[in-house]
Amino acid sequence: MGLDGALVRKDFPIFERFIDGAPIVYLDSANTSQKPRQVIDAMTSFIENSYAPINRSAYRLAGEATDAFEAARSKVARFINARSSDEVVFTKNATESLNLLAYSWGRANLNAGDVVVLTHLEHHANIVPWHMLQAERGIVLRWVPLTADGQLDLTDLAALLTDAKVFSFTAMSNVLGTITPVQQLCEAAHAAGAIAIVDGCQYVPHNVTDVQAWGADFLAFSSHKMCGPTGIGVLWGREQLLDAMPPFLGGGNMIADVRLDGFTTAPLPAKFEAGTPAIIETIGLGAAVDYLSNLGMANVREHEMQLGSYAMSALTKRYGNDISIHGPSDIAVRGATLSFAFAGIHPHDLSQVLDQRNVCVRAGHHCAKPLMRLLGVSATARASFYIYNDESDADALVDALAGASDIFGF
Amino acid sequence: MPGLDDLYREIILDHYRSPRNRGELAPPAVRAEGHNPLCGDEIQVYLDVVDGVVNDIKITGSGCSISLSSASMMSQAVKGKKIADVKALVNRFRSMMGLDIADAESDTDVLSIDDDTEVAAPEVKLGDLEALQGVVKFPVRIKCATLAWITLTQAMAEVPNA
Repeated sequence: MGLDGALVRKDFPIFERFIDGAPIVYLDSANTSQKPRQVIDAMTSFIENSYAPINRSAYRLAGEATDAFEAARSKVARFINARSSDEVVFTKNATESLNLLAYSWGRANLNAGDVVVLTHLEHHANIVPWHMLQAERGIVLRWVPLTADGQLDLTDLAALLTDAKVFSFTAMSNVLGTITPVQQLCEAAHAAGAIAIVDGCQYVPHNVTDVQAWGADFLAFSSHKMCGPTGIGVLWGREQLLDAMPPFLGGGNMIADVRLDGFTTAPLPAKFEAGTPAIIETIGLGAAVDYLSNLGMANVREHEMQLGSYAMSALTKRYGNDISIHGPSDIAVRGATLSFAFAGIHPHDLSQVLDQRNVCVRAGHHCAKPLMRLLGVSATARASFYIYNDESDADALVDALAGASDIFGF
Repeated sequence: MPGLDDLYREIILDHYRSPRNRGELAPPAVRAEGHNPLCGDEIQVYLDVVDGVVNDIKITGSGCSISLSSASMMSQAVKGKKIADVKALVNRFRSMMGLDIADAESDTDVLSIDDDTEVAAPEVKLGDLEALQGVVKFPVRIKCATLAWITLTQAMAEVPNA
């Protein structure tokens, strides 16, 4: 049944703001999403009424804060269908979640010559931590190539995964919008004896996520792309794997005991949560999960399929061969994140002209330089749609692009 | 918001559409490479200096209209100039972009908050480059305009006995 973007937009105070007398057309949600009143209020109310340390003080207020914090963890666990909330580790963001894995699981399990398989779709956050391990340990990286329309080319997947220890891949490309066959990829990883790490940063905010149905081993995602605040992210992992991993950061909260001659770690998930966490932001993430759950993630996906299709066809209808939208044309295998090239105009110039009409798009390499090289460009313009967008935003994008062709001419 | 006419002046678009001095130079010309990590733009500056004078300059790379036109106009402006005059021009340009002169030799672009930074040799003529003045009204684009100049500064540092 989808969503009414205009109605959803009323929940987001930022859209009450006008710039140069006109409303904001925010098409940069793949970068970071806007925040609904419900999330802002939950954080404010927590600060004003319940703020206290968690997990370490005996008074009632601290108990209340701890309960609110742990309630957020349970919400996240249900949102991704984790078996237990002990499997949900809070981090700073998806980048930290992936670094935690490379650091902790990687250093415990990977040595010279061991194979880690990545894909050509990956964000730098799922590349550089492995590069660092390559420099330190001499691991070998292999890359799953792409088809001409920007999907994973799985023809030689079994060969690529031979003797691999890790297969780490995105569930949805932040550049091309491509949605990958996560369940199939997890099965292929396991058939080869590798663990399956899913970068869900772009996927989780826009789709129904079920880590058990996927058969994944780890999932990383960020709060700020799913209506929550910045500074809080999630690493989900299968309990057995998290249990076997050495800790990441050392300090308070992650220990069971500390003596002069050593320490023992706390049970999950505290083992991976050293120091005072982002308490307020975690409350905000919990509220964001409630907000999205109330909309219904299946509705979110349906809304974005409709909107993505509408935007792609409106752009193509108006500009024909002058616009080229990267990635799959079939909305069934992509999200409403549209990277495009327009009339040979540099993305920075496009973004500048669109900004004149308050149309906010990202211009740049999207932290995916290897993919940019594959596309043969240094940058793309990217319009990414979310729950608060509707067809009027797509129309505004289409109209504003005409301004670019007026200046740069074709 | 300032109008786009302030940014996309006709002379800028002309240099963007028909960039001057594109190409490479063989050694002994020096080569320097600049990147804008924010947007992925990159530029290569080839500089041939003979007896302290810019004998030739060529530029390759990809970028937006502001970065490519700035590079093109820069190449015209410095060709045939003494290195000392080129350095004065670099400082004058940075000053026009509102960048701190004291910082001119480093890679770190620090925006000056004070408006009267016209301390760098005001007698240095910018010519066509004046067209880039409008960029200051669009702060996110200043890095586009200065990329070629930062790279030129690196290239000059590579010139033996400069």
